[in-house]
Amino acid sequence: MMRAPSFRYHAPKSVAEAAKILREEGPAAKPLAGGTDLVPNLKRRHQTPSVLVSLRRLDELRAVTSGGELTLGAGLNLSAVTRAAEVGPARRALTIAASKVATPHIRNSATLGGNLCLDTRCNYYNQNYEWRQAIDFCKKAPGPDGSAQQEVTVGTCWVAPSSPRCWAVSSSDTAPALIALGAEVSLVSAEGERRIPLHALYHDDGMAYLTKKHDELLTAVHLPALGEGWKSTYWKLRRRGSFDFPVLGVGAALRFEGDVVAEARVTLGAVASYPVSVPTDELLGKPLSDEAIEAFAAGATRPAKPLDNTDYHLSWRKRMCSAYIAGALKELRGDPPGLLARTAARLPIAAG
Amino acid sequence: MSEINEGQLYRPQERELNVIGKPRRRVDARAKVTGKTEFADDLSLPNMLHCRLLRSPWPHARILSIDTSEAEALPGVALVMTGELMPVSYGILPVSQDEHPLALEIVRHVGDPVAAVVAQTEEQAQAACEAIKVDYEVLTTVKDAEHALKVLEPKIHDYAQEGNIHKKVALQFGDVDGAIEGAAHVFEDVFFYEGNTHLPIEQHASLADLDKDGNLVLQSSTQTPHYVHRALSKALQLEPHKVRVIATPNGGGFGGKSDPFNHELVVCKAALMLGRPVKICLSREEVFYCHRGRHPVLMRFRTGVDEEGQVVGMDLETLLDGGAFGSYGVASTFYTGALQTVTYQIPRYRFRGARAFTNKPACGPKRGHGTVQPRFGQEIQLDKIAVALGKSPVDLRQNMLVEPNSLTANYLTVGTIGLGECIEKVVEGSRFRERWGNLPEGQGLGLACSSYLCGAGLPIYWNKMPHSGVQLRLDRMGAVTAFCGATEIGQGSDDVLAGIVAEILGIGPDDIHVRTGQTDITPIDLGSYSSRVTLMMGNAAIEAAERARAMISVAVAEKLDLPEDRLVFAGRRVFDREDPEQGLSFREAVVAAEAKHGTLGATGSYRPPRSPARFKGGGVGPSPAYSYSAAVVEVEVCPDTGWLHVPKIWIGHDIGRSLNPTLVRGQVEGSVYMGLGEAIMEESAFRRLPPKRSHASVHKFPSLLEYKSPTSLDMPEIVTYLIEEPDPKGPFGAKEVGQGPLLPIMPAVANAIYDAVGVRIDETPITPDKVLRALDAKRKGKEGRVGPKGFPAIGWPEPFQVPPPWEGGDGRATNVPERKKSATEVFRK
Repeated sequence: MMRAPSFRYHAPKSVAEAAKILREEGPAAKPLAGGTDLVPNLKRRHQTPSVLVSLRRLDELRAVTSGGELTLGAGLNLSAVTRAAEVGPARRALTIAASKVATPHIRNSATLGGNLCLDTRCNYYNQNYEWRQAIDFCKKAPGPDGSAQQEVTVGTCWVAPSSPRCWAVSSSDTAPALIALGAEVSLVSAEGERRIPLHALYHDDGMAYLTKKHDELLTAVHLPALGEGWKSTYWKLRRRGSFDFPVLGVGAALRFEGDVVAEARVTLGAVASYPVSVPTDELLGKPLSDEAIEAFAAGATRPAKPLDNTDYHLSWRKRMCSAYIAGALKELRGDPPGLLARTAARLPIAAG
Repeated sequence: MSEINEGQLYRPQERELNVIGKPRRRVDARAKVTGKTEFADDLSLPNMLHCRLLRSPWPHARILSIDTSEAEALPGVALVMTGELMPVSYGILPVSQDEHPLALEIVRHVGDPVAAVVAQTEEQAQAACEAIKVDYEVLTTVKDAEHALKVLEPKIHDYAQEGNIHKKVALQFGDVDGAIEGAAHVFEDVFFYEGNTHLPIEQHASLADLDKDGNLVLQSSTQTPHYVHRALSKALQLEPHKVRVIATPNGGGFGGKSDPFNHELVVCKAALMLGRPVKICLSREEVFYCHRGRHPVLMRFRTGVDEEGQVVGMDLETLLDGGAFGSYGVASTFYTGALQTVTYQIPRYRFRGARAFTNKPACGPKRGHGTVQPRFGQEIQLDKIAVALGKSPVDLRQNMLVEPNSLTANYLTVGTIGLGECIEKVVEGSRFRERWGNLPEGQGLGLACSSYLCGAGLPIYWNKMPHSGVQLRLDRMGAVTAFCGATEIGQGSDDVLAGIVAEILGIGPDDIHVRTGQTDITPIDLGSYSSRVTLMMGNAAIEAAERARAMISVAVAEKLDLPEDRLVFAGRRVFDREDPEQGLSFREAVVAAEAKHGTLGATGSYRPPRSPARFKGGGVGPSPAYSYSAAVVEVEVCPDTGWLHVPKIWIGHDIGRSLNPTLVRGQVEGSVYMGLGEAIMEESAFRRLPPKRSHASVHKFPSLLEYKSPTSLDMPEIVTYLIEEPDPKGPFGAKEVGQGPLLPIMPAVANAIYDAVGVRIDETPITPDKVLRALDAKRKGKEGRVGPKGFPAIGWPEPFQVPPPWEGGDGRATNVPERKKSATEVFRK
């Protein structure tokens, strides 16, 4: 079996203590929350931190406070998020997204913060050390002694060998849902706390995909109060009914005034190295007619840049963007599940 | 009991049955669900060392040098091994002795083992592997079978028949060209079946040690302990009787644990050198490198039919991508052409097949061995024929079923055939006749059928001995122990053994101690492959149990002063049929027998009937009996996206008789599950990096996460029909169920997609992007099909000409000199 490399382990009892340890230990230290992303990566030698700082004893990261806005502790596990009544029906996008991450066992351990900080994924990267050795490694994960980098000074992104950057894919389900819901996140370091819109947590880069500094902890997710008329959903494309990371995620949140769309946010996951928010101006101020939906869905796929580094054929994934965006909007309009919705959810064939 | 006629010999098939046919909990269930079962990786011995293998990062390379000095100096390292320690080759087939435990000079695929380290801990062994320095000279990579046809040099194996073509075979039964020329309609179709792997949940693990007498003992997750025993003796140059191989219960096999493996030989050699236990447990990636999975097969069917769509002649060509080693490949190649004839009447038939060596993990036998791929093509082509001629796919098949007790064009002996009833059941259950062709756009039904062997008629190496042996030991404590070399791989063979013995001795399956798969104490059984265990071990068990019963009968009859034929064995008693109160408990009966005969024991053995095939290559395909299956698959396809969903499957299986219906249904459902995975998801795909930049050629996703196999949420509702017409060749009439029900699923999915949206996907896996591509093409007025474009020109040898039985043939080829035992030639060295 594959085993993790050795590391030192801290189990601080407060966020302040954790932040202090991260500051003192420097970039060789990594926070460990649910471990469902980091531990397999350790075994495959994607990361070899010499220090792990466990967040498991930080009860303050599992708080849920609702008042004007809703604050979810980043240490809540995803099962707890799906059960949190405070999230409410208008923020269904989050409940759906959290419920579709991986498997029940993983959701019992994986945390909300962990899913937001999920390492970007790529079929050339999420492989064990020997496999990556057989392709002479890649830009995102050079050999542990940097041997690949010595030979090929910057490493190669095998998905796009002539490109200067890494094209690993943002694969969080909760991020596009939360961005569509207007979420912000708190980042705490020994210096203090800062609060940024969730979309600003991400860089368009497969390697440096987070703006979070190495000594910052993502402690909480803040969701603004939603007034009347808000509805949201999340559509996830994956091959199987469970287990798989998204090859496409569509988070959509709309505020209706009567049947007119007053506000709209649509964010795509797994189509680039960061969650991609789509401009929605053309949807506003009119009802969601079939024509409006089709026109918007056709244009909204422009920023989606699927490459051949996830499951499924890339051109099909690109085509699915508009189908899924249209499907999500039709659901929010109140349409009953169509053939695509039913087959994607693996629902039984309608009677008759 | 009244059904037994006075004075009649004991005939299990004609007696009321107490155990057989009753659904019950399998004998090993409790241990498995409570975690008591010890799989190979659960084993641990005092003083045990751990082994890791260093594997090649290159798909094809020459080893120039290996420097192990740094590795040897690392802490905890007990031994560093390289190829020259074990220079003798091995392989499962006598004709393909092309493997070495560690590469000698050439590495042939990414993952081919180059060196091994044995150390105190697995971490130390791994660290030392990484410290071994290997210099390679990179060689040209052969990426797939069509590429192999072009790359004549370098040869992956010198013994290949021609260039990188491992083997070509050609057989002809009657004037096929004449039949096709004279046919009312000719259909020519090309199909591609992608490779896929077994995916057992248990990763292979092995533990080797020397026992107190200095014998080598290997405990390993293997389906074939006897063949591993032979390979160990040969490759490590050991006296066979000084070797013991113990097959631990397998956490799934499906054919993936039926070769002798390099890691097994390595830990054995290490244990011999160190005198200490040495263990290895493979990672999931390494299981993908062991492989022996489904061969990718490109195939062309040219089929002539009459006005009614009945086949008058079929011409089949297959091209198999074999990967880096022979494995079972020669047999796999013959199997791609063997079983076309046992479902539908094919009066004239030609088969030509070729297997290529390529720089990928070796392919071999996976559930349905070699017959799955051409069945996919054959059943889709039949659907195309039905559509083109305006026939019902049901009637087309029903009207040309093979007759029971007949001989096929290629000399396979068909006994019972329950295929017609299987078809009727699934057609009725799915309301196929009303619904096929009449469902709304996006919904469809597809029908397909298949057949499979109940055990290969010939062993892997030529011999005249039994294929399976069962030994029973009974003693005065009332204990019955059943010994057999068969291996419990999850399929339920221990339960079959206990159930049969219990039935005949009138006790319960849980009263029997089952000891299986241990080459030092169990009689030889060839292994858990080719769906042979129920039939072969079962018949051996009947013989052994009847002999034991006879010994007890004599003693009890004497003691009770009754004629033997009035004795009944049931309910843990032996009693008088006329006066059931009069009798002995089973234990008392055994005491009486031990007192009369002395120490009690009985053996039984089984050898399949001789095949009428007398031509070279005729050794692959014969079986004592054939099982049959039919399936209807319902699909829902979204025409805008190609997204497909399988909500329901109806499957009928001709089982002969269910020994334990619970197990039979489990095997049917498991086969449907695996078949659906092959149909819509699974692919052993390889990634070639841009050749200008890299020689790399790697398995695309050797992991359980990215190699997609269905989850429980992807499983449809399954309706299972068991067709029970006891086959006289099977124990209590039983036929196989472990493999057959997989076969119809993939073509039935393809046929259902055509019914739903009118496009043909002539390759696996059938994925939404392919469906959408075919739909796009159809909307543009082009052919609504995704599949291979053509079949390459292959320089076929002149086929052996064997006239079919109805054209005066006697099973011999007319264009080769008569050779003794030519039917089995392929298996001999």
